[in-house]
Amino acid sequence: MSTVAPIANALTAGKLPRYTPAWVLLGSAIIITGIALLMGNPSIPGIVVVTAVLFVVLVYLLSLVVEGSRKAKDRLMTSLVTLAFLLALVPLISVAATTIGLGLARFDLEFFTTSMRNVTDAGGGALHAIVGTLLITLATAIISIPIGILTAIYLVEYGRGKLAKWITFMVDIMIGIPSIVAGLFAYALFALIFGPGIRLGIAGSIALSLLMIPVVVRSTEEMLKLVPNELREASLALGVPKYLTIIKVVLPTSLAGIVTGSLLAVARVIGETAPLLIVAGFTQSMNYNLFSDRMMSLPLFVYSSYSQQGADPQQFLDRAWTGALTLILIVMALNLLGRLIARIFSPKLSR
Amino acid sequence: MSKRIEVRDLNVYYSKFRAVEGVSLTIEPRSITAFIGPSGCGKSTFLRTLNRMHEVIPGARVEGEVLIDGDDLYGPGVDPVLVRRQVGMVFQRPNPFPTMSIKENVLAGVKLNNRRISKSDADDLVEKSLRGANLWNEVKDRLDRPGSGLSGGQQQRLCIARAIAVSPDILLMDEPCSALDPISTLAIEDLMEELKKEYTIVIVTHNMQQASRVSDKTAFFNIAGTGQPGKLIEYDDTNTIFTQPNVQATEDYVSGRFG
Ligand SMILES: Nc1ncnc2c1ncn2[C@@H]1O[C@H](COP(=O)(O)OP(=O)(O)O)[C@@H](O)[C@H]1O
Ligand SMILES: [Mg+2]
Repeated sequence: MSTVAPIANALTAGKLPRYTPAWVLLGSAIIITGIALLMGNPSIPGIVVVTAVLFVVLVYLLSLVVEGSRKAKDRLMTSLVTLAFLLALVPLISVAATTIGLGLARFDLEFFTTSMRNVTDAGGGALHAIVGTLLITLATAIISIPIGILTAIYLVEYGRGKLAKWITFMVDIMIGIPSIVAGLFAYALFALIFGPGIRLGIAGSIALSLLMIPVVVRSTEEMLKLVPNELREASLALGVPKYLTIIKVVLPTSLAGIVTGSLLAVARVIGETAPLLIVAGFTQSMNYNLFSDRMMSLPLFVYSSYSQQGADPQQFLDRAWTGALTLILIVMALNLLGRLIARIFSPKLSR
Repeated sequence: MSKRIEVRDLNVYYSKFRAVEGVSLTIEPRSITAFIGPSGCGKSTFLRTLNRMHEVIPGARVEGEVLIDGDDLYGPGVDPVLVRRQVGMVFQRPNPFPTMSIKENVLAGVKLNNRRISKSDADDLVEKSLRGANLWNEVKDRLDRPGSGLSGGQQQRLCIARAIAVSPDILLMDEPCSALDPISTLAIEDLMEELKKEYTIVIVTHNMQQASRVSDKTAFFNIAGTGQPGKLIEYDDTNTIFTQPNVQATEDYVSGRFG
């Protein structure tokens, strides 16, 4: 067959080849590096920043000439969003890399099986702090999640009028409480009951609950609002009482979101330092009992290792980094757990 | 069992706004009654007062009497939950429970009420209800699959199966076919013909042919203008409404001259 001239199509428009942005990026990098070398002071962050700017401008201009202004704007926005994303990744990756790099030095069995009792320099571990953090956080979750979820159910399903407005207002205020104030509140409360100087793990839980409850209320509220009203009506129309409708239709439908929200709230409080410093106290020894004596926690372990270095500072710094790494790992594990639970409980999808 | 509905001088409000004014009518057992009328004239609102679903909306209230075989739904001490067990409802958009399988959806009325039911009774009830909703043959091999995986028409029939599984006396349907294709619509119309033997059926529809095909009696509602309450204009045998209505507005509406 002979070749036929392409039929003119009124819908065509100019289009840059697919890999143009990649080539432009490479070109800008080479040019900028070259200029920097010529000028004699190549600093890598500087090169990266200027390259990024040049790339954004070049792609925009190229696209403007070849593809027209709508596509050019699209490319400009795509570049900017991508850059913003990369920028946001920088601190994340930097923190992860630093913590892993410095934390691995003491990431050993001893760290996870011993406390700091009678340790002055080398050795020692954070078992007391890990146990303390887990116990205090567990108690916090046990206090906060039921209160938070029940409050949210009241607000979404029952609350009308003044009381609901006031509760919403109070939750807003609670979200803004500085954590140190929560700690002072718990301390004042326990000091009134047990006398001044009291330090208990459970007091830490109470302080953290003040911070966690509003977060749980908020996230659960949002999840409950996402449940379509039609499902509630379908259930009510079957002659199911309202409370059973909530327990058996509304909650299961939003369970995945509620679980995820609650775990995020846990992640929010697990790294709190200030309130625990005040009410849970500081100790070098194991304590498995929330209701008696001081209880250590991981954030506090990191803080005290750093702030009270002994004769051989490196030992203390290593322990601090490993403590931080452990805390990050615990939060990550919680997030993974949340995703798993969300997947198990999320509404059955089609197919 | 099938029951008679008598409505006496019913006014329906959303807070201060009167949406429906002065409706009185009697619906016979074992019949299909169609509500027709332009959008916003209060058909859904009125329908929802027949099983006390109206009051689920904050600020909504009702004045007047609705008698079901002589018992006033709005009398003192009446439990809306008991009313709704006798008067089932199918909604405009199919709304199977997304967390439940087909089987669990059919059993929802039983299970959600924490009533115990033996496995064999449950299987019988599922089969009977799904057969009643003309859905059994299509889903009998996948009863444990999610209800949301069915087509729109199948989902709507699943919702009908769910409604008849609690054996109500009356079945209210609010535009049950408006989101469905013609084939599914026919399937549901055939089904109504069947269900009529056991239930009193009230259906809201925007489809004149559907009203004339399936219903025994037809009620025409209308509004004077936006912000005005909807009123019952004419209520008669379907045949009369569609061939020789008494009111000019009815004739205009059924012949397609407005609305
Ligand atoms: N939830 C509601 N709150 C306030 N007004 C409503 C609500 N639902 C419906 N209405 C009003 O009531 C009137 C009747 O509505 P509706 O019963 O849905 O009409 P139809 O079903 O005949 O189209 C309309 O004016 C509508 O705006
Ligand atoms: Mg309607």
